[in-house]
Amino acid sequence: MAEIHLKSLAHSYDTTANPPEYAIRQMDHIWHDGGAFALLGPSGCGKSTLLNIISGLLKPSEGDVLFDGVRVNDIPPQDRNIAQVFQFPVVYDTMSVFDNLAFPLRNMGAGVAKINSKVTEIAAILELTDVLNKKAANLTADEKQKVSMGRGLVRDDVSAILFDEPLTVIDPQLKWKLRRKLKQIHERFKTTMVYVTHDQLEASTFADKIALMYGGQVVQFGTPRELFEQPNHTFVGYFIGSPGMNFLEVKRCKEGVCFGDIAFPLSAAEKKALQHSTSNNLKLGIRPEFVHVWDKPNSQAQQANVEFVEDLGTYKIVSLTLGGVSIKARLQEDQKIPHQSAYISFPEQWLMLYIDEFLVEKENDDE
Amino acid sequence: MNKPHSNKAWFLVLPVFILVAFSAIVPLMTVVNYSLQDIFDVSTRYFVGTEWYREILNDSRLQDSLVRQFIFSGSVLLIEIPLGIGVALMMPKSGKWSVISLLVLALPLLVPLNVVGTIWQIFGRADIGLFGWALNAIGIDYNYAANPIDAWLTVLLMDVWHWTSLVALLSFSGLRAIPDAYYQAASIDRASAWAVFRYIQLPKLKSVLLIGVLLRFMDSFMIYTEPFVLTGGGPGNSTTFLSQALTKMAVGQFDIGPAGAFSIIYFLIILLVSWLFYTAMTHSDNK
Repeated sequence: MAEIHLKSLAHSYDTTANPPEYAIRQMDHIWHDGGAFALLGPSGCGKSTLLNIISGLLKPSEGDVLFDGVRVNDIPPQDRNIAQVFQFPVVYDTMSVFDNLAFPLRNMGAGVAKINSKVTEIAAILELTDVLNKKAANLTADEKQKVSMGRGLVRDDVSAILFDEPLTVIDPQLKWKLRRKLKQIHERFKTTMVYVTHDQLEASTFADKIALMYGGQVVQFGTPRELFEQPNHTFVGYFIGSPGMNFLEVKRCKEGVCFGDIAFPLSAAEKKALQHSTSNNLKLGIRPEFVHVWDKPNSQAQQANVEFVEDLGTYKIVSLTLGGVSIKARLQEDQKIPHQSAYISFPEQWLMLYIDEFLVEKENDDE
Repeated sequence: MNKPHSNKAWFLVLPVFILVAFSAIVPLMTVVNYSLQDIFDVSTRYFVGTEWYREILNDSRLQDSLVRQFIFSGSVLLIEIPLGIGVALMMPKSGKWSVISLLVLALPLLVPLNVVGTIWQIFGRADIGLFGWALNAIGIDYNYAANPIDAWLTVLLMDVWHWTSLVALLSFSGLRAIPDAYYQAASIDRASAWAVFRYIQLPKLKSVLLIGVLLRFMDSFMIYTEPFVLTGGGPGNSTTFLSQALTKMAVGQFDIGPAGAFSIIYFLIILLVSWLFYTAMTHSDNK
């Protein structure tokens, strides 16, 4: 078990390019010992690159990787004591499940008694006991993925287990089962786990803390709730949530910021930040879940045109246009579905101000 | 069960049937025909049953050829398959040198069979051939035209030179198809280079090796041109393989009946051995 510290880390696949193109832009990041983390982001954001740098399959072009304070840049993967589970299950086809699980132990020269007890224990946890004598080639995809996970778990010396989109090839109905298994394993072994995915649901069910990556950088590192309620970058707002955050491009005005002729009051901290900035890239963001839809017109509510209503089974999403901008709102259960026009308001506490795409804190803690 | 039935559909199969009939069934039946009769001329023919077959199976010269043939094909497989895999493992995986080595490997495959025979016939000569001359110069008494063992080794070496490339190219393509994740997982599991070969590369090469083994077995079992050009089957009968013995019988001595029976037996042996290889290699993983 170990704390993984990425120190001024950056990576470029082609260091000769000018200007250099970075797959990972310079970052500092710490994965705390024993945590379950998700590395979430769209395809091509650099999350797999980052994972391979941690495991040692890739050498970072700049910066250091520290395991418990020890620099491991030059240590090859086999000596880093990490385990990695890949997108496509990697099993040794010709071996039995037992031999697959025993393989890392045998390579380390472990004794027969230790191998037997360890493999039996891990197989029981992963529910592989019934298939221990089967050839790995004849397993189903989810069993294979469990075997490749098991090869990491049998080792006592594993400091972290890295998962690279491990559920991609698993049938949907088995996904949640395997995800729950992972969670249980984490609770039991308390190994540091880093789980790469582009699926926010997977990330938030697995991880205590999610690092959201975008354009080669971690833009936010927080609990699933923080990412949902306080996205600190417009990309986080857009990427997390289904549908993503609504954004209104606003202008400075004497009340604070205005969208057309609608004025939005700001908190003191927000006003201060606005004064310090010269940028005109101002946005207000609000989650569809927090947009209030009224049944009847009232003094606070704005009239918006209803475009269409999507029924997602347990709830409905209504798409509206307000001042030429489309806004999505989530209707409460058993709320009346508005026709043609709806009356909406934006509760102040859920309105986030973004200057140059970055969040302005509502309360300024440090001053 | 009220599907409409139309026998006209059979006409759709007819072209294939005709094609197969003329390319395989009719010629094969002709051979069967010869092998069961003693034919003097068009009107004088006698049905002899299995007599030709019995005669062929008891012919000691043919038995010798058969043994020779099995030893030859066995040696070819035992040398070329491991050697080809070894070459493929050592080849550069990408870049300029990979292309160059692929081209060099492909060259022997492009040489016509009788040219291969001629090349080695000259190459192995003690007076003007580099190979033969060099061996004699370092004190090895080598003469493929007079010494049966030398002749044997030369034929074998010639085949290895000519066909190892095929196995190497097949293996190379098989190796390239293995996803990187396997090597990465193996390295994380601290697998030795031997374990990587034994548990990842070899199992993943199985399907291309199956093709390689079948092709090399069938080709070497039917080898004719190269030894014919190189040694003419000699010295004595020491490098007379089955196809050459058959040709001698059919077009040299014009013993069409026994030659027909011989052909059928020859064909069945190849079919049987290929089937054995195929079954052994595809059934080993069903458990």
